[in-house]
Amino acid sequence: MDAFLQLSLAPILIGVLSAIACALPGNFLILRRQALIGDAISHVVLPGIVVAFLATGVIAALPMLVGAAGAALVAVVLIETIKRVGRIEPGAAMGVVFTAMFAGGVLLLEQTDTSAVHLDVEHALMGNLESLIWFDAAGWGSLVDPAALAGLPPELPRIAVVAAVIALLTFVFWRPLKLSTFDEGFAATVGVPTRTIGLALVAASAVAAVAAFDAVGSIIVIAMFICPPAAARLMTNRLEAQVGWSIVFATVSAILGYVFAGYGPLWFGAQNAVSAAGMIAAVSGAILAVACLAAPHRRRIGAAQGQG
Amino acid sequence: MPDAILSALLFQAGYNAALVAIGSALLGIAAGAGGTFLFLRKRALISDAVAHATLPGIGLAFIAMVALGGDGRNLVGLLAGSAVSAAVGLLLVDWIVRHTRLAEDVAIGAILSVFFGLGIVLLTVIQTMSSGRQAGLEGFLLGSTAGMLRQDALVIAVGGALALAVLVLLRRPMTLVAFDPGYAAARGVRVQAVDLAMMGLVLAVTVIGLKVVGLILIVAMLIIPPVTARLWSERTDTVVAVAGVLGGLAGYLGAAISASAPNLPTGPIIVLVSFSLFCFSLLMAPSRGVLAAAVRHRRFQRRVHRRQGLLALARNEPILDPLTLKVLRRDGLIRPDKVATDAGRARAAKALRDERRWEVARRMHQDEGASGRYDGLTSIETVLTPDEIAAIDAEIGAPRLAGQGAN
Repeated sequence: MDAFLQLSLAPILIGVLSAIACALPGNFLILRRQALIGDAISHVVLPGIVVAFLATGVIAALPMLVGAAGAALVAVVLIETIKRVGRIEPGAAMGVVFTAMFAGGVLLLEQTDTSAVHLDVEHALMGNLESLIWFDAAGWGSLVDPAALAGLPPELPRIAVVAAVIALLTFVFWRPLKLSTFDEGFAATVGVPTRTIGLALVAASAVAAVAAFDAVGSIIVIAMFICPPAAARLMTNRLEAQVGWSIVFATVSAILGYVFAGYGPLWFGAQNAVSAAGMIAAVSGAILAVACLAAPHRRRIGAAQGQG
Repeated sequence: MPDAILSALLFQAGYNAALVAIGSALLGIAAGAGGTFLFLRKRALISDAVAHATLPGIGLAFIAMVALGGDGRNLVGLLAGSAVSAAVGLLLVDWIVRHTRLAEDVAIGAILSVFFGLGIVLLTVIQTMSSGRQAGLEGFLLGSTAGMLRQDALVIAVGGALALAVLVLLRRPMTLVAFDPGYAAARGVRVQAVDLAMMGLVLAVTVIGLKVVGLILIVAMLIIPPVTARLWSERTDTVVAVAGVLGGLAGYLGAAISASAPNLPTGPIIVLVSFSLFCFSLLMAPSRGVLAAAVRHRRFQRRVHRRQGLLALARNEPILDPLTLKVLRRDGLIRPDKVATDAGRARAAKALRDERRWEVARRMHQDEGASGRYDGLTSIETVLTPDEIAAIDAEIGAPRLAGQGAN
């Protein structure tokens, strides 16, 4: 049991909280046809983090968050500029910006000596969930022991705060968010600041992406923005229920993914664990696949029944 | 370093480097031109799903080749595997959009992240295999041309040339389908087949580009050159050609720069060269560029100020606005002491008369298109015929000289 506490509790919690923090804004993104914003954000975060590292010389949470948020802002401004000035459709404008910024990040990373610190492209993609272990745990008593709790990986409290803030924001701004997502015109006429709400949603997604990225890498970020909310969308027609389902799916993906990655290979007689981040994304995909095949509201309203 | 770049540009940095540069250029041309059709169908980001979906195929192909006792690093085998899994990903995106209520962007994002996640799982499995330690499959993420085998470079060059040939053969039907699928179907073009061919081309470019640019950035070669070319032209043929040239240029320059010094990974350099070309175009393009827009705005501003200034002259009103004064003075319509010159008085009288003509015209043609054209800048001669204007003049009376009681 100590082994579980030391090796698995913190990664599972971090995985679950990251998944929820991304899935919550993801619900609104997919309804607003902005699902690929998560993809774009998780790419542009890289140059932000590298620049923050070059500016401060250390790998610390705060400068990295600031750098990543700055990069996300630059990306949004660039995409808007290209859309307006060049009259280019949004998808293509996004493709231009995020690939160029990611390429810049990779080049910067290759050009600087980051061998002394834990900063490389693969880490950025895959995260290192497995390394977030809790050395100070010695039995269940440690859960109430302040000294042992202080030894928790710092990523855990950070992602917990971010997840809580995002949940709180979703709760507080529920009505304007829902209104402006479903009927922007009506929302505007009843005085909801729709543009501000839209920007705030992207900003909240960026914060979730950055915090989760720090702990689990960009694959989970993209998968969690899209797969649990998409599966939830097929389960129900009510937004409240959809958000609830998406949290359930995100949690299940994170736990099952971690367990399969850590213990699954052992069941097949292999020695080493496989990537937890990749496995969590794969499990969320499996859930979505099942939802696509069997969920009650999977079809478009008006679509042909039966052999449709 | 300039010398190193120059020698790489002139194919003097070794046979392999030259092959890679030629291969990248061919690939860039095929990707730029092929991506244009995707962009025109507004499906540019589907290539991102295709690119990420290649990863599990690479992993499975490696495992399969090792299990069969072969060399897991055989490029042709790996690329074949990646093509299969990318095709599966593409079909799944299509299936999700067709059979569920989820939108295409959701399907793209889901396939992209899940396939990539699966691929990463397979990569970690391969790392634990005895033959997998030196597999170097991570090179497919961001591309690596350093230490590329000669036969690999040949595969890329031949593949790029083939993709280009298919593109040239299919450009007519693809243009038709990109703009008007309904019309294309009526003309007897098999829209589904052409769509399939277009996706096949995208898939081929992606797979061939994996080794050079890497699967995360290959989408840039399919998107940035078409977007750049679109800034320069409104004609499909031109956009396709320009996108091909820009893509080829980016591929060639990028590969050469990357070969000239260490720590310059090929993929990101190609993308950044492409992005630089894009930024240049966004500034300089003739009608959609930033500079062109600024010039247009300035010209418009001057026309408004000139007209307001002329009307003020005609009505003997004082002109205070500095820009108006500057415009009038530069055109020789007023003297430095703000008094109208002869030319200025003539133009002012004409401006005032045109204003009154418009007034009458709008009264006469209240519900016609002509009166809707009144914006103060359109000259009345371009809207009405001379005899219409003569009729209006008859109503207004004979012209009087400005400054002598025009009203």
